[in-house]
Amino acid sequence: MIDVLYFAWVRERIGLPREQLETQAATVNDLVAELRAREPRYEAAFGDLSALRVALDQDLSDFDASLEGVREVAFFPPMTGG
Amino acid sequence: MKVAVQSAPFDLGAELAGFGVGRSDVGAVVSFTGVVRDDSGAMEALELEHYPGMTQRAIAQIVDQAVTRWDLADVIVIHRHGRLGIGEQIMMVATAARHRAAAFESAEFLMDYLKSRAPFWKKEHGRDGTSWVAAKDADEDALKRW
Repeated sequence: MIDVLYFAWVRERIGLPREQLETQAATVNDLVAELRAREPRYEAAFGDLSALRVALDQDLSDFDASLEGVREVAFFPPMTGG
Repeated sequence: MKVAVQSAPFDLGAELAGFGVGRSDVGAVVSFTGVVRDDSGAMEALELEHYPGMTQRAIAQIVDQAVTRWDLADVIVIHRHGRLGIGEQIMMVATAARHRAAAFESAEFLMDYLKSRAPFWKKEHGRDGTSWVAAKDADEDALKRW
């Protein structure tokens, strides 16, 4: 099981802040492909990956990164702190 | 070093009153405060969402980088989240160093990184609805100078 978190407009498009998933995805890209195939609301959130960032276990990462040993994946738009 | 992520307001004066004071190795203190502004004239509030768990750690990592790079005696980063009104303080950074160049430069470095690498997302609430603030290419480009 893996925890998947969504923030900002990603959360709004998908309609929930987090969920637990059973997945065999080896990489973040694989997980994204699984999600996009599920329902249109996921496609609406993941349609343009250049507009998204990903964190693995609360560290910024890349879409081609491995999910091996990862417990928490978070998807969000580019950050706007400060 | 102090890193705080909170919804409550902070007292800028109180934070700075004791900062870098009473030390023989501090010759310069620089502080920056971010404030909610209204460019459109139709904004009612700014909402800051963040990633609890990651936020504190991401900011601490940015502070660590600054401390490695400049000889800093002390650093404060306070960043608020939640719904903030026009004119309210969003966040502050303060640096204390032996010389002003290190204090100014490290404060700018901290601001540039907090802008693009601290997991906050701003949403504007206005009379005409809401909209997420988009990250600017210029903000990402600003990291390259470091």
